[in-house]
Amino acid sequence: MEFFAQLFINGLSIGFLYALSALGFVMIFKSSSVLNFAHGELLALGAFFFLILSVWAKLPIVLCFLVTLVGCFALGFIIERLFLRPLIGEALIEVIMLTVGLSAMFKGLMLLIFGGNLHNYPDFLPEALSIQWGAISVPSVYVSSFIIGLIFLGVFGFFFKYSSHGIYMRSVADHQPAALSLGVNVRRVFALSWAIAAVVCAMSGIVLGIINGINVHQLSTMGLKVFPVVILGGLDSIGGAILGGIIIGLLENFTGGYISTSLREVVPYIVLVLILLVKPYGLFGSEEIERV
Amino acid sequence: MKDDILLQLNNISVVYADVIQILKGVSLAIRKKQIVSLLGSNGAGKTTTLRAVSGLLKPENGKVTEGTIEYEGRPIQNAAPETITRLGIIQVLEGRPPFEHLTVEENLRVGTAARGTRSYKEDLDLVYHYFPRLLERRKALAGYCSGGELQMIAIGRALMARPKLLLLDEPSLGLAPLLVKEIFQIVKRINEEQGTTIILVEQNANMALQIAHYGYVMENGKIVMEGEASDLRENPDVKEFYLGIAASGALKTYKDVKAYKRRKRWL
Ligand SMILES: Nc1ncnc2c1ncn2[C@@H]1O[C@H](COP(=O)(O)OP(=O)(O)OP(=O)(O)O)[C@@H](O)[C@H]1O
Ligand SMILES: [Mg+2]
Repeated sequence: MEFFAQLFINGLSIGFLYALSALGFVMIFKSSSVLNFAHGELLALGAFFFLILSVWAKLPIVLCFLVTLVGCFALGFIIERLFLRPLIGEALIEVIMLTVGLSAMFKGLMLLIFGGNLHNYPDFLPEALSIQWGAISVPSVYVSSFIIGLIFLGVFGFFFKYSSHGIYMRSVADHQPAALSLGVNVRRVFALSWAIAAVVCAMSGIVLGIINGINVHQLSTMGLKVFPVVILGGLDSIGGAILGGIIIGLLENFTGGYISTSLREVVPYIVLVLILLVKPYGLFGSEEIERV
Repeated sequence: MKDDILLQLNNISVVYADVIQILKGVSLAIRKKQIVSLLGSNGAGKTTTLRAVSGLLKPENGKVTEGTIEYEGRPIQNAAPETITRLGIIQVLEGRPPFEHLTVEENLRVGTAARGTRSYKEDLDLVYHYFPRLLERRKALAGYCSGGELQMIAIGRALMARPKLLLLDEPSLGLAPLLVKEIFQIVKRINEEQGTTIILVEQNANMALQIAHYGYVMENGKIVMEGEASDLRENPDVKEFYLGIAASGALKTYKDVKAYKRRKRWL
């Protein structure tokens, strides 16, 4: 029983990270129908940004977090401006190829600067964050991953539900011509969705970096996990992305715990295929997605 | 006299996809605080004319290739919709597409996009004042609203922007006669009480000419007739073709109307 609870809690906190990064992926897709194949690189960029600030510049940790937030927001904006915007209105496949190209470019740049080996953040998480509960112990990284996931999902949930800009973003996802007719700045919405995606990716990249260390290849592979997550949840559903993330996180941990660690990475994909056989649009995807 | 004009189209031509010419020299003059009706059969180019004004040609791959559009004396042809909406021109799209996954009130709030950060509470009150039904339904998802409610949402959304010039594209499309009457009465009140200038595109010429001050008739991308709404209502051609009333007062059959159209008397 303790073992189960332990796996459950670990799975849940990792699931929150997946959910958070999937949120960024789904948002870009919803607002501009772009499948972002550079998702893993956004994770890695955020993690390395934080590495530069914390290890090379030795800034206080809280400041590192804030600067990473702001920096990645700006980075997302710039990526959209420089690379995506010129392709607005072009065929979907061209835009997808562009994100594949971006992925290769960012990966190459990071390898050039940081090399292919493993880096580590300084130990900054207070021990007090860890939870000891009978035989169950939750290390502080998992607690912080849980907290960060919860905070960001909450903040963005609130932003989309109540703020004017959140509502404009959803209106573009729903019916772009009508949004245009009311003066919604659609290009700004695209840029904003990239900026937010870069921020949430950075957050999950940092926490994954705390857990596993920071390595370009590893983090960009982690990014690929967004595909089972969003396909499971439905490509165009933010709620689905969150649930999909949690399910994949749990599945991985249960498989690793009960069956074998080597199967860990595979089982999510197997379950994904099974679910898609029953529900071809994912758990929450809307069927209109056919249009795309 | 000239001060009186809010919007002027001078001999504009519109081309889609660089080759398909749809408007062939259209000129309109829209007076301040008037309702001007733009009539014409399917494919005449009414929607295209509105798009030329609102800037929504661009996403349709269309362009004003000749002529000018002057709004408050400024040229606006081929400007971006973000720019034009901020000048106070809002187009209500044909078919009243809703933001399905947004609630009625969220749909209305999208209408604040064109006019910055000012608080929207007052504008919401104004919309609910004209459309009390939307107040009752404010928490419902627009995807579940009826056609009449969707038309109210579409007009309400536009009203949130406090437009000076409202472009309405076939608000009566597919609605029950009683509802059409109700919506036209509200449009008329908005014009009178808010001083909003309105271009009303309609197939329902009868209803449109009842609330409009002035009217234009379009055929094949050209203006073929214009006049005071009261004159147009009495005009035998308009009566016969658009109001479906023959000189004798009897309703024309579809076949007769078709035959009439083939003669193309207005070209
Ligand atoms: N995006 C487009 N690309 C190419 N042709 C178009 C486009 N939009 C409209 N057209 C063509 O332009 C012509 C006029 O269309 P428009 O929609 O302006 O007519 P309308 O008077 O509004 O007709 P309706 O009463 O049916 O709405 C039609 O022949 C139509 O096929
Ligand atoms: Mg039309």
